[in-house]
Amino acid sequence: MSIVLIVAEQQPDGNLRKASLNAIAAGKQLAEKSGGELHLVLLSKDPSKVAGELTGTGAKAIHTAAAPEFEHYLAEVYAPAIAALAQELKATFIGAASTAQGKDLLPRVAARLKSAMATDITAINGSGADITFTRPMWAGNVFAEVKLNTPVQVISIRATEFPAAATGQGAAEVKTFQPKLEASKTKFVSFNEVKSARPELTEASVVVSGGRGTKGDFKEVEALADLLGAAVGASRAVCDAGWVPNDYQVGQTGKVVAPKLYIAAGISGAIQHLAGMKSSKTIVAINKDPEAPIFQVADYGLVDDLFKVLPALREGIQKLK
Amino acid sequence: MKILVTAKRVEDPESKIKVKPDGSDIVKEGLKYKINPFDEIGVEEGLRLAAKHTGEVVVVSIGGKEVQEQLRHALAMGANRAVWVNHTGPLDQLGIAGLLQKVAEKEKPDIVLLGKQSIDDDQNQVGQYLAEFLGWGQATFASKVESLESAEEKNKTPAVVLSADKKSVQVVREVDNGLATLEVQLPAIVTTDLRLNQPRYASLPGIMKAKSKPIEELTPAGLGVDVAPKIQVLKLASPPARKAGIKVPDVATLVEKLHNEAKVV
Repeated sequence: MSIVLIVAEQQPDGNLRKASLNAIAAGKQLAEKSGGELHLVLLSKDPSKVAGELTGTGAKAIHTAAAPEFEHYLAEVYAPAIAALAQELKATFIGAASTAQGKDLLPRVAARLKSAMATDITAINGSGADITFTRPMWAGNVFAEVKLNTPVQVISIRATEFPAAATGQGAAEVKTFQPKLEASKTKFVSFNEVKSARPELTEASVVVSGGRGTKGDFKEVEALADLLGAAVGASRAVCDAGWVPNDYQVGQTGKVVAPKLYIAAGISGAIQHLAGMKSSKTIVAINKDPEAPIFQVADYGLVDDLFKVLPALREGIQKLK
Repeated sequence: MKILVTAKRVEDPESKIKVKPDGSDIVKEGLKYKINPFDEIGVEEGLRLAAKHTGEVVVVSIGGKEVQEQLRHALAMGANRAVWVNHTGPLDQLGIAGLLQKVAEKEKPDIVLLGKQSIDDDQNQVGQYLAEFLGWGQATFASKVESLESAEEKNKTPAVVLSADKKSVQVVREVDNGLATLEVQLPAIVTTDLRLNQPRYASLPGIMKAKSKPIEELTPAGLGVDVAPKIQVLKLASPPARKAGIKVPDVATLVEKLHNEAKVV
Protein backbone atom coordinates (compact mmCIF):
# COMPACT_ATOMS: atom_id res chain seq x y z
CA MET A 1 0.00 0.00 0.00
CA SER A 2 1.24 3.47 -0.78
CA ILE A 3 1.51 6.17 1.83
CA VAL A 4 1.10 9.78 0.69
CA LEU A 5 2.58 12.34 3.09
CA ILE A 6 1.56 15.97 2.54
CA VAL A 7 3.34 18.78 4.38
CA ALA A 8 0.92 21.41 5.71
CA GLU A 9 2.27 24.95 5.82
CA GLN A 10 1.69 27.30 8.71
CA GLN A 11 1.97 31.00 7.85
CA PRO A 12 4.04 33.40 9.97
CA ASP A 13 0.74 34.60 11.52
CA GLY A 14 0.00 31.09 12.78
CA ASN A 15 -2.79 30.29 10.33
CA LEU A 16 -2.78 27.50 7.77
CA ARG A 17 -1.69 28.59 4.29
CA LYS A 18 -4.77 28.03 2.14
CA ALA A 19 -2.75 26.50 -0.72
CA SER A 20 -2.05 23.59 1.63
CA LEU A 21 -5.73 22.62 1.37
CA ASN A 22 -5.37 22.29 -2.41
CA ALA A 23 -2.23 20.21 -1.87
CA ILE A 24 -4.14 18.00 0.55
CA ALA A 25 -6.89 17.48 -2.06
CA ALA A 26 -4.21 16.48 -4.58
CA GLY A 27 -2.72 14.15 -1.98
CA LYS A 28 -6.11 12.53 -1.48
CA GLN A 29 -6.44 12.02 -5.23
CA LEU A 30 -2.95 10.52 -5.34
CA ALA A 31 -3.75 8.19 -2.43
CA GLU A 32 -6.90 7.00 -4.21
CA LYS A 33 -5.18 6.48 -7.56
CA SER A 34 -2.15 4.72 -6.11
CA GLY A 35 -4.25 2.68 -3.69
CA GLY A 36 -3.06 4.09 -0.40
CA GLU A 37 -3.51 6.31 2.58
CA LEU A 38 -3.18 10.07 3.04
CA HIS A 39 -1.15 11.37 5.98
CA LEU A 40 -0.35 14.98 6.86
CA VAL A 41 2.59 16.47 8.70
CA LEU A 42 2.76 19.79 10.51
CA LEU A 43 5.84 21.22 12.22
CA SER A 44 5.20 24.21 14.45
CA LYS A 45 5.94 25.97 17.69
CA ASP A 46 2.30 25.23 18.54
CA PRO A 47 0.54 22.94 16.07
CA SER A 48 -2.69 22.42 18.03
CA LYS A 49 -4.99 24.94 16.29
CA VAL A 50 -4.05 24.13 12.71
CA ALA A 51 -3.90 20.39 13.41
CA GLY A 52 -7.48 20.57 14.71
CA GLU A 53 -8.65 22.25 11.49
CA LEU A 54 -7.01 19.50 9.45
CA THR A 55 -8.80 16.58 11.09
CA GLY A 56 -11.73 17.01 8.72
CA THR A 57 -9.73 16.93 5.48
CA GLY A 58 -10.07 13.21 4.87
CA ALA A 59 -6.55 12.31 5.99
CA LYS A 60 -5.92 9.15 7.98
CA ALA A 61 -3.58 10.85 10.46
CA ILE A 62 -1.97 14.19 11.17
CA HIS A 63 1.58 13.94 12.47
CA THR A 64 2.58 16.97 14.48
CA ALA A 65 5.87 17.92 16.04
CA ALA A 66 6.13 20.89 18.38
CA ALA A 67 9.43 22.66 19.08
CA PRO A 68 10.53 26.28 19.54
CA GLU A 69 12.95 25.64 16.62
CA PHE A 70 9.94 25.31 14.30
CA GLU A 71 8.67 28.84 14.99
CA HIS A 72 10.38 30.28 11.92
CA TYR A 73 10.56 27.99 8.92
CA LEU A 74 14.08 26.94 7.91
CA ALA A 75 14.73 24.28 5.25
CA GLU A 76 17.69 22.94 7.17
CA VAL A 77 15.59 22.34 10.30
CA TYR A 78 12.39 21.17 8.62
CA ALA A 79 13.84 18.84 5.95
CA PRO A 80 15.52 16.27 8.27
CA ALA A 81 12.40 16.06 10.46
CA ILE A 82 10.10 15.47 7.50
CA ALA A 83 12.48 13.00 5.84
CA ALA A 84 12.78 11.02 9.08
CA LEU A 85 8.98 10.85 9.48
CA ALA A 86 8.60 9.79 5.84
CA GLN A 87 11.05 6.95 6.42
CA GLU A 88 9.30 5.87 9.58
CA LEU A 89 5.91 5.83 7.81
CA LYS A 90 7.47 4.20 4.72
CA ALA A 91 5.95 7.01 2.65
CA THR A 92 5.98 6.45 -1.11
CA PHE A 93 5.00 10.01 -2.00
CA ILE A 94 5.87 13.27 -0.26
CA GLY A 95 4.19 16.49 -1.37
CA ALA A 96 3.34 20.08 -0.51
CA ALA A 97 1.87 23.13 -2.20
CA SER A 98 4.21 24.94 -4.61
CA THR A 99 4.55 27.95 -2.35
CA ALA A 100 7.86 29.68 -1.64
CA GLN A 101 8.21 27.37 1.36
CA GLY A 102 7.26 24.24 -0.59
CA LYS A 103 9.77 25.03 -3.32
CA ASP A 104 12.52 25.75 -0.80
CA LEU A 105 11.86 22.73 1.38
CA LEU A 106 10.88 19.76 -0.80
CA PRO A 107 14.05 19.46 -2.94
CA ARG A 108 16.05 19.35 0.29
CA VAL A 109 13.80 16.56 1.62
CA ALA A 110 14.11 14.76 -1.73
CA ALA A 111 17.90 15.09 -1.71
CA ARG A 112 18.06 13.60 1.77
CA LEU A 113 16.09 10.59 0.56
CA LYS A 114 17.95 10.44 -2.82
CA SER A 115 14.58 10.87 -4.47
CA ALA A 116 13.46 12.43 -7.73
CA MET A 117 11.06 15.35 -7.62
CA ALA A 118 8.51 16.94 -9.94
CA THR A 119 7.81 20.64 -9.37
CA ASP A 120 4.43 22.34 -9.78
CA ILE A 121 2.41 19.30 -10.86
CA THR A 122 -0.94 20.10 -12.46
CA ALA A 123 -2.35 16.56 -12.79
CA ILE A 124 -1.94 13.02 -11.46
CA ASN A 125 -2.29 10.22 -14.05
CA GLY A 126 -2.40 6.44 -14.01
CA SER A 127 -3.09 4.09 -11.14
CA GLY A 128 -1.47 1.61 -8.79
CA ALA A 129 2.30 1.52 -9.28
CA ASP A 130 2.03 3.34 -12.63
CA ILE A 131 1.53 6.88 -11.43
CA THR A 132 2.77 9.73 -13.63
CA PHE A 133 2.54 13.48 -13.17
CA THR A 134 1.85 16.34 -15.54
CA ARG A 135 3.89 19.50 -15.05
CA PRO A 136 4.56 22.71 -16.99
CA MET A 137 7.89 23.50 -18.63
CA TRP A 138 9.17 26.46 -20.69
CA ALA A 139 6.94 28.99 -18.91
CA GLY A 140 3.84 26.88 -19.39
CA ASN A 141 4.32 26.60 -23.16
CA VAL A 142 4.80 22.86 -22.79
CA PHE A 143 3.23 20.29 -20.47
CA ALA A 144 5.30 17.20 -19.74
CA GLU A 145 4.18 13.84 -18.47
CA VAL A 146 6.89 12.58 -16.12
CA LYS A 147 7.58 9.40 -14.20
CA LEU A 148 9.75 9.47 -11.10
CA ASN A 149 11.84 6.31 -10.91
CA THR A 150 12.94 6.36 -7.28
CA PRO A 151 11.41 4.40 -4.35
CA VAL A 152 10.17 7.67 -2.82
CA GLN A 153 8.67 10.29 -5.14
CA VAL A 154 8.46 13.96 -4.23
CA ILE A 155 6.04 16.47 -5.75
CA SER A 156 5.15 20.10 -5.30
CA ILE A 157 1.55 20.84 -6.22
CA ARG A 158 0.22 23.79 -8.21
CA ALA A 159 -2.65 24.86 -5.96
CA THR A 160 -4.78 26.43 -8.69
CA GLU A 161 -5.19 23.06 -10.45
CA PHE A 162 -6.81 21.25 -7.51
CA PRO A 163 -9.91 22.12 -5.43
CA ALA A 164 -9.42 22.95 -1.75
CA ALA A 165 -10.02 20.13 0.74
CA ALA A 166 -12.75 20.75 3.32
CA THR A 167 -11.66 21.67 6.84
CA GLY A 168 -13.28 21.36 10.24
CA GLN A 169 -13.39 18.73 12.93
CA GLY A 170 -13.15 15.23 11.55
CA ALA A 171 -12.04 11.67 12.00
CA ALA A 172 -8.29 12.01 11.48
CA GLU A 173 -6.11 11.04 14.37
CA VAL A 174 -3.59 13.63 15.60
CA LYS A 175 -0.29 11.93 16.44
CA THR A 176 2.74 13.64 17.89
CA PHE A 177 6.32 12.78 17.04
CA GLN A 178 9.65 14.12 18.22
CA PRO A 179 12.22 14.51 15.49
CA LYS A 180 15.88 14.68 16.38
CA LEU A 181 16.97 18.27 15.85
CA GLU A 182 20.32 18.91 14.21
CA ALA A 183 22.46 22.01 14.64
CA SER A 184 21.54 24.41 11.84
CA LYS A 185 24.02 26.46 9.83
CA THR A 186 21.18 28.85 9.02
CA LYS A 187 19.62 31.39 11.36
CA PHE A 188 16.32 33.24 10.96
CA VAL A 189 16.90 37.00 11.17
CA SER A 190 13.63 38.72 10.29
CA PHE A 191 10.45 38.68 8.24
CA ASN A 192 8.98 41.81 6.68
CA GLU A 193 5.39 41.24 5.77
CA VAL A 194 3.68 43.09 2.93
CA LYS A 195 0.38 43.85 4.66
CA SER A 196 -2.80 44.18 2.66
CA ALA A 197 -6.50 44.40 3.40
CA ARG A 198 -7.18 42.69 0.06
CA PRO A 199 -7.36 38.91 -0.42
CA GLU A 200 -4.18 36.96 -1.11
CA LEU A 201 -3.36 36.95 -4.83
CA THR A 202 -3.26 33.18 -5.28
CA GLU A 203 -6.49 32.69 -3.32
CA ALA A 204 -8.64 35.51 -4.72
CA SER A 205 -11.62 34.69 -6.93
CA VAL A 206 -11.16 37.97 -8.83
CA VAL A 207 -7.82 39.54 -9.77
CA VAL A 208 -7.34 42.99 -11.29
CA SER A 209 -3.84 43.40 -12.72
CA GLY A 210 -2.01 46.41 -14.03
CA GLY A 211 0.88 46.60 -16.48
CA ARG A 212 3.13 49.17 -18.05
CA GLY A 213 0.02 50.92 -19.42
CA THR A 214 -0.73 52.22 -15.93
CA LYS A 215 2.49 54.27 -16.09
CA GLY A 216 2.87 53.48 -12.40
CA ASP A 217 -0.52 54.90 -11.39
CA PHE A 218 -2.37 51.98 -9.80
CA LYS A 219 -5.20 54.06 -8.27
CA GLU A 220 -7.82 52.98 -10.83
CA VAL A 221 -6.67 49.34 -10.72
CA GLU A 222 -6.94 49.36 -6.94
CA ALA A 223 -10.33 51.12 -6.92
CA LEU A 224 -11.82 48.49 -9.25
CA ALA A 225 -10.21 45.69 -7.20
CA ASP A 226 -11.74 47.06 -4.00
CA LEU A 227 -15.19 47.29 -5.57
CA LEU A 228 -14.95 43.64 -6.67
CA GLY A 229 -13.29 42.39 -3.47
CA ALA A 230 -10.40 41.42 -5.70
CA ALA A 231 -6.65 41.02 -5.28
CA VAL A 232 -4.29 43.32 -7.17
CA GLY A 233 -1.74 41.78 -9.54
CA ALA A 234 0.92 43.19 -11.81
CA SER A 235 3.15 42.32 -14.73
CA ARG A 236 6.86 41.79 -14.23
CA ALA A 237 7.69 45.11 -15.89
CA VAL A 238 5.87 47.17 -13.26
CA CYS A 239 7.37 45.18 -10.37
CA ASP A 240 10.84 45.59 -11.90
CA ALA A 241 10.20 49.31 -12.17
CA GLY A 242 9.45 49.40 -8.44
CA TRP A 243 5.92 50.74 -8.99
CA VAL A 244 4.31 48.01 -6.89
CA PRO A 245 5.71 45.39 -4.48
CA ASN A 246 7.35 42.33 -6.08
CA ASP A 247 4.78 40.25 -4.28
CA TYR A 248 2.16 41.40 -6.83
CA GLN A 249 3.88 39.77 -9.79
CA VAL A 250 1.83 37.28 -11.82
CA GLY A 251 3.82 35.07 -14.19
CA GLN A 252 6.37 32.30 -14.68
CA THR A 253 8.72 33.87 -12.14
CA GLY A 254 5.98 35.34 -9.95
CA LYS A 255 2.70 33.84 -8.83
CA VAL A 256 0.38 31.55 -10.75
CA VAL A 257 -3.28 32.49 -10.40
CA ALA A 258 -6.48 30.98 -11.79
CA PRO A 259 -9.35 33.14 -10.52
CA LYS A 260 -12.93 33.19 -11.75
CA LEU A 261 -12.27 36.59 -13.32
CA TYR A 262 -8.92 38.10 -14.36
CA ILE A 263 -8.89 41.69 -15.55
CA ALA A 264 -5.64 42.73 -17.27
CA ALA A 265 -5.34 46.50 -17.64
CA GLY A 266 -2.49 47.89 -19.69
CA ILE A 267 -0.73 44.50 -19.87
CA SER A 268 0.61 43.46 -23.28
CA GLY A 269 0.64 39.76 -22.41
CA ALA A 270 4.24 38.56 -22.69
CA ILE A 271 4.77 34.76 -22.59
CA GLN A 272 6.07 34.98 -19.03
CA HIS A 273 2.93 36.82 -17.83
CA LEU A 274 0.50 34.51 -19.66
CA ALA A 275 2.18 31.54 -17.92
CA GLY A 276 0.82 32.88 -14.64
CA MET A 277 -2.82 33.57 -15.53
CA LYS A 278 -3.80 31.56 -18.62
CA SER A 279 -5.91 29.13 -16.56
CA SER A 280 -8.23 31.89 -15.30
CA LYS A 281 -11.88 31.16 -16.04
CA THR A 282 -12.79 34.47 -17.66
CA ILE A 283 -10.12 36.87 -18.90
CA VAL A 284 -10.79 40.53 -19.68
CA ALA A 285 -8.14 42.60 -21.46
CA ILE A 286 -8.12 46.37 -21.61
CA ASN A 287 -5.34 47.74 -23.80
CA LYS A 288 -4.80 50.62 -26.20
CA ASP A 289 -2.84 48.41 -28.60
CA PRO A 290 -5.20 46.19 -30.65
CA GLU A 291 -2.24 43.94 -31.55
CA ALA A 292 -1.30 43.18 -27.90
CA PRO A 293 -0.89 39.39 -27.45
CA ILE A 294 -3.15 39.50 -24.37
CA PHE A 295 -6.14 39.73 -26.75
CA GLN A 296 -5.34 36.22 -28.02
CA VAL A 297 -6.29 34.71 -24.67
CA ALA A 298 -8.92 37.22 -23.52
CA ASP A 299 -12.59 36.24 -23.55
CA TYR A 300 -13.54 39.91 -23.68
CA GLY A 301 -11.21 42.53 -25.06
CA LEU A 302 -11.66 46.28 -25.11
CA VAL A 303 -9.26 48.41 -27.15
CA ASP A 304 -9.13 51.70 -25.28
CA ASP A 305 -7.33 53.75 -22.66
CA LEU A 306 -7.50 52.07 -19.26
CA PHE A 307 -7.79 55.45 -17.51
CA LYS A 308 -11.07 55.95 -19.37
CA VAL A 309 -12.29 52.34 -19.16
CA LEU A 310 -11.62 51.48 -15.51
CA PRO A 311 -13.70 54.31 -13.92
CA ALA A 312 -16.56 53.63 -16.36
CA LEU A 313 -16.35 49.91 -15.62
CA ARG A 314 -16.51 50.64 -11.91
CA GLU A 315 -19.57 52.82 -12.42
CA GLY A 316 -21.25 50.18 -14.59
CA ILE A 317 -20.66 47.39 -12.08
CA GLN A 318 -21.76 49.62 -9.20
CA LYS A 319 -25.13 50.11 -10.92
CA LEU A 320 -25.70 46.34 -10.97
CA LYS A 321 -25.34 46.06 -7.23
CA MET B 1 37.12 34.41 -1.23
CA LYS B 2 36.09 31.99 -3.94
CA ILE B 3 32.66 32.02 -5.57
CA LEU B 4 31.35 29.26 -7.79
CA VAL B 5 28.57 30.26 -10.22
CA THR B 6 26.53 28.19 -12.67
CA ALA B 7 25.74 28.97 -16.31
CA LYS B 8 23.12 26.69 -17.83
CA ARG B 9 22.47 26.88 -21.56
CA VAL B 10 18.75 27.40 -22.25
CA GLU B 11 16.48 28.45 -25.10
CA ASP B 12 16.21 32.22 -25.43
CA PRO B 13 13.22 33.27 -23.27
CA GLU B 14 11.87 35.34 -26.17
CA SER B 15 11.70 32.35 -28.53
CA LYS B 16 8.48 30.54 -29.31
CA ILE B 17 8.63 26.98 -28.00
CA LYS B 18 6.70 24.39 -30.00
CA VAL B 19 6.26 20.67 -29.32
CA LYS B 20 7.06 18.12 -32.07
CA PRO B 21 3.90 16.39 -33.35
CA ASP B 22 4.96 13.05 -31.79
CA GLY B 23 5.49 14.69 -28.38
CA SER B 24 9.08 13.42 -28.11
CA ASP B 25 10.76 16.80 -27.80
CA ILE B 26 10.45 20.48 -28.64
CA VAL B 27 11.20 21.78 -32.14
CA LYS B 28 14.85 22.86 -31.93
CA GLU B 29 15.27 24.27 -35.45
CA GLY B 30 15.76 28.01 -35.50
CA LEU B 31 15.99 28.36 -31.73
CA LYS B 32 18.52 30.71 -30.17
CA TYR B 33 20.34 29.85 -26.97
CA LYS B 34 21.43 31.92 -24.02
CA ILE B 35 22.73 31.67 -20.50
CA ASN B 36 19.79 31.04 -18.15
CA PRO B 37 18.69 34.56 -17.03
CA PHE B 38 18.70 33.58 -13.34
CA ASP B 39 22.26 32.21 -13.70
CA GLU B 40 23.35 35.47 -15.34
CA ILE B 41 22.09 37.27 -12.22
CA GLY B 42 24.16 34.78 -10.18
CA VAL B 43 27.29 35.57 -12.22
CA GLU B 44 26.70 39.30 -11.70
CA GLU B 45 26.23 38.89 -7.94
CA GLY B 46 29.37 36.73 -7.79
CA LEU B 47 31.37 39.40 -9.61
CA ARG B 48 30.10 42.10 -7.24
CA LEU B 49 30.99 40.04 -4.15
CA ALA B 50 34.41 39.14 -5.54
CA ALA B 51 35.16 42.79 -6.35
CA LYS B 52 34.20 43.88 -2.85
CA HIS B 53 36.07 41.18 -0.97
CA THR B 54 38.88 40.43 -3.43
CA GLY B 55 38.12 37.00 -4.68
CA GLU B 56 37.84 34.70 -7.61
CA VAL B 57 34.74 33.77 -9.62
CA VAL B 58 34.70 30.30 -11.17
CA VAL B 59 31.87 29.49 -13.60
CA VAL B 60 30.64 25.96 -14.25
CA SER B 61 28.36 24.54 -16.94
CA ILE B 62 27.28 21.00 -17.79
CA GLY B 63 26.56 19.89 -21.35
CA GLY B 64 28.04 19.25 -24.77
CA LYS B 65 30.68 21.39 -26.48
CA GLU B 66 28.08 24.11 -27.14
CA VAL B 67 27.91 25.14 -23.45
CA GLN B 68 31.38 26.68 -23.88
CA GLU B 69 29.46 29.58 -25.44
CA GLN B 70 27.73 30.24 -22.09
CA LEU B 71 31.01 29.80 -20.20
CA ARG B 72 32.68 32.35 -22.50
CA HIS B 73 29.77 34.72 -21.87
CA ALA B 74 30.35 34.53 -18.10
CA LEU B 75 34.11 34.89 -18.62
CA ALA B 76 33.46 37.96 -20.78
CA MET B 77 31.34 39.43 -17.97
CA GLY B 78 34.40 39.05 -15.74
CA ALA B 79 34.55 35.52 -14.29
CA ASN B 80 38.17 34.38 -13.81
CA ARG B 81 38.03 30.84 -15.13
CA ALA B 82 35.62 28.11 -16.16
CA VAL B 83 34.86 24.46 -15.49
CA TRP B 84 33.10 22.52 -18.23
CA VAL B 85 31.55 19.16 -17.36
CA ASN B 86 31.38 17.50 -20.75
CA HIS B 87 28.21 15.46 -20.94
CA THR B 88 25.74 14.90 -23.75
CA GLY B 89 22.46 13.09 -23.34
CA PRO B 90 19.68 13.36 -20.81
CA LEU B 91 20.30 14.64 -17.32
CA ASP B 92 17.97 15.32 -14.41
CA GLN B 93 18.25 17.54 -11.34
CA LEU B 94 19.66 14.69 -9.20
CA GLY B 95 22.44 14.18 -11.75
CA ILE B 96 23.17 17.89 -12.09
CA ALA B 97 23.35 18.35 -8.30
CA GLY B 98 25.56 15.24 -8.03
CA LEU B 99 28.02 16.66 -10.57
CA LEU B 100 27.99 20.12 -8.98
CA GLN B 101 28.66 18.52 -5.59
CA LYS B 102 31.90 16.99 -6.94
CA VAL B 103 32.93 20.26 -8.57
CA ALA B 104 32.23 22.14 -5.30
CA GLU B 105 34.24 19.59 -3.29
CA LYS B 106 37.14 20.05 -5.71
CA GLU B 107 36.97 23.86 -5.87
CA LYS B 108 36.05 24.47 -2.20
CA PRO B 109 34.22 27.75 -2.80
CA ASP B 110 32.89 29.94 0.03
CA ILE B 111 29.62 30.52 -1.80
CA VAL B 112 27.90 28.75 -4.69
CA LEU B 113 25.52 31.04 -6.56
CA LEU B 114 22.89 29.43 -8.78
CA GLY B 115 19.78 30.70 -10.51
CA LYS B 116 16.62 29.79 -8.58
CA GLN B 117 15.32 27.93 -11.63
CA SER B 118 16.19 27.36 -15.26
CA ILE B 119 13.60 28.69 -17.66
CA ASP B 120 13.40 25.43 -19.66
CA ASP B 121 12.71 22.82 -16.95
CA ASP B 122 11.22 25.32 -14.47
CA GLN B 123 12.08 22.82 -11.71
CA ASN B 124 13.61 25.12 -9.06
CA GLN B 125 15.49 22.25 -7.37
CA VAL B 126 19.24 22.08 -8.03
CA GLY B 127 20.44 24.64 -5.45
CA GLN B 128 18.47 22.94 -2.69
CA TYR B 129 19.63 19.41 -3.67
CA LEU B 130 23.22 20.67 -3.77
CA ALA B 131 22.94 22.25 -0.30
CA GLU B 132 21.70 18.97 1.17
CA PHE B 133 24.30 16.85 -0.68
CA LEU B 134 27.08 19.10 0.65
CA GLY B 135 25.51 19.50 4.11
CA TRP B 136 25.57 23.30 3.73
CA GLY B 137 23.03 25.97 4.61
CA GLN B 138 20.85 27.40 1.86
CA ALA B 139 19.29 30.78 1.11
CA THR B 140 17.03 30.53 -1.91
CA PHE B 141 15.32 33.28 -3.96
CA ALA B 142 17.74 36.07 -2.97
CA SER B 143 16.20 39.39 -3.87
CA LYS B 144 16.53 43.08 -3.24
CA VAL B 145 13.77 45.07 -1.57
CA GLU B 146 13.60 47.55 -4.42
CA SER B 147 14.36 46.62 -7.94
CA LEU B 148 15.54 49.47 -10.12
CA GLU B 149 19.26 49.70 -10.58
CA SER B 150 19.18 53.47 -10.30
CA ALA B 151 21.92 55.55 -8.67
CA GLU B 152 20.20 55.51 -5.27
CA GLU B 153 19.45 51.82 -5.68
CA LYS B 154 23.13 51.04 -6.09
CA ASN B 155 23.82 52.78 -2.78
CA LYS B 156 21.33 50.62 -0.91
CA THR B 157 22.32 47.58 1.10
CA PRO B 158 22.50 44.62 -1.27
CA ALA B 159 20.53 41.43 -0.60
CA VAL B 160 23.64 39.28 -0.20
CA VAL B 161 26.01 40.69 2.43
CA LEU B 162 29.09 39.06 3.89
CA SER B 163 29.53 39.38 7.67
CA ALA B 164 32.48 41.36 9.06
CA ASP B 165 34.32 38.19 10.10
CA LYS B 166 33.62 36.68 6.65
CA LYS B 167 32.21 33.56 8.26
CA SER B 168 28.59 34.03 7.25
CA VAL B 169 26.37 35.72 4.74
CA GLN B 170 23.09 37.56 5.27
CA VAL B 171 20.52 37.08 2.53
CA VAL B 172 17.18 38.80 1.88
CA ARG B 173 14.78 36.29 0.31
CA GLU B 174 11.59 36.79 -1.67
CA VAL B 175 8.88 34.62 -0.07
CA ASP B 176 5.06 34.62 -0.03
CA ASN B 177 3.64 37.79 1.56
CA GLY B 178 6.99 39.50 2.06
CA LEU B 179 10.73 39.28 2.53
CA ALA B 180 12.59 36.98 4.90
CA THR B 181 16.17 37.55 6.01
CA LEU B 182 18.46 34.65 6.89
CA GLU B 183 22.01 34.38 8.10
CA VAL B 184 23.89 31.40 6.70
CA GLN B 185 27.31 30.15 7.74
CA LEU B 186 29.86 29.80 4.97
CA PRO B 187 30.28 27.81 2.85
CA ALA B 188 26.72 28.35 1.67
CA ILE B 189 24.36 27.94 -1.26
CA VAL B 190 22.52 31.03 -2.54
CA THR B 191 19.97 30.94 -5.37
CA THR B 192 19.01 34.13 -7.16
CA ASP B 193 15.63 35.68 -7.82
CA LEU B 194 14.96 38.10 -10.67
CA ARG B 195 15.31 41.27 -8.69
CA LEU B 196 18.71 40.65 -7.13
CA ASN B 197 20.59 42.79 -9.64
CA GLN B 198 20.86 43.98 -13.23
CA PRO B 199 23.57 41.89 -14.94
CA ARG B 200 26.28 43.91 -16.74
CA TYR B 201 26.90 43.72 -20.46
CA ALA B 202 30.09 42.03 -21.57
CA SER B 203 32.41 44.75 -22.90
CA LEU B 204 34.45 44.28 -26.08
CA PRO B 205 37.74 44.10 -24.12
CA GLY B 206 35.96 41.63 -21.82
CA ILE B 207 34.99 39.47 -24.78
CA MET B 208 38.56 39.60 -26.14
CA LYS B 209 40.05 38.74 -22.76
CA ALA B 210 37.58 35.86 -22.26
CA LYS B 211 39.12 34.06 -25.24
CA SER B 212 42.36 33.48 -23.36
CA LYS B 213 40.82 32.55 -20.01
CA PRO B 214 41.14 28.86 -19.14
CA ILE B 215 38.29 26.34 -19.43
CA GLU B 216 38.96 23.11 -17.55
CA GLU B 217 37.25 20.02 -18.95
CA LEU B 218 35.79 17.35 -16.66
CA THR B 219 33.51 14.35 -17.26
CA PRO B 220 30.83 12.62 -15.14
CA ALA B 221 32.92 9.41 -15.23
CA GLY B 222 36.03 11.29 -14.12
CA LEU B 223 34.05 12.85 -11.25
CA GLY B 224 32.62 9.45 -10.37
CA VAL B 225 28.98 10.45 -10.73
CA ASP B 226 26.29 8.20 -12.15
CA VAL B 227 24.04 10.57 -14.07
CA ALA B 228 21.47 8.07 -15.36
CA PRO B 229 18.22 10.08 -15.03
CA LYS B 230 15.63 9.06 -12.47
CA ILE B 231 13.11 11.54 -13.85
CA GLN B 232 11.73 10.10 -17.04
CA VAL B 233 9.95 12.50 -19.39
CA LEU B 234 7.42 10.33 -21.19
CA LYS B 235 5.72 12.86 -23.40
CA LEU B 236 5.50 16.55 -24.13
CA ALA B 237 2.29 18.29 -25.17
CA SER B 238 1.16 21.78 -26.00
CA PRO B 239 -1.08 23.38 -23.40
CA PRO B 240 -4.78 23.36 -24.23
CA ALA B 241 -5.32 26.28 -26.58
CA ARG B 242 -7.50 29.04 -25.22
CA LYS B 243 -9.79 30.26 -27.87
CA ALA B 244 -9.63 33.98 -28.42
CA GLY B 245 -12.85 35.63 -27.36
CA ILE B 246 -14.46 38.72 -28.72
CA LYS B 247 -13.60 42.38 -28.75
CA VAL B 248 -16.33 44.53 -27.30
CA PRO B 249 -16.92 48.07 -28.59
CA ASP B 250 -17.51 49.84 -25.27
CA VAL B 251 -17.68 49.58 -21.49
CA ALA B 252 -21.46 49.17 -21.44
CA THR B 253 -21.22 46.04 -23.60
CA LEU B 254 -18.37 44.72 -21.45
CA VAL B 255 -20.41 45.12 -18.25
CA GLU B 256 -23.42 43.49 -19.92
CA LYS B 257 -21.32 40.48 -21.09
CA LEU B 258 -19.64 40.05 -17.71
CA HIS B 259 -23.01 40.16 -15.99
CA ASN B 260 -25.24 38.11 -18.28
CA GLU B 261 -22.89 35.87 -20.27
CA ALA B 262 -19.90 35.12 -18.03
CA LYS B 263 -21.92 35.80 -14.85
CA VAL B 264 -18.86 37.01 -12.99
CA VAL B 265 -20.09 40.42 -11.78
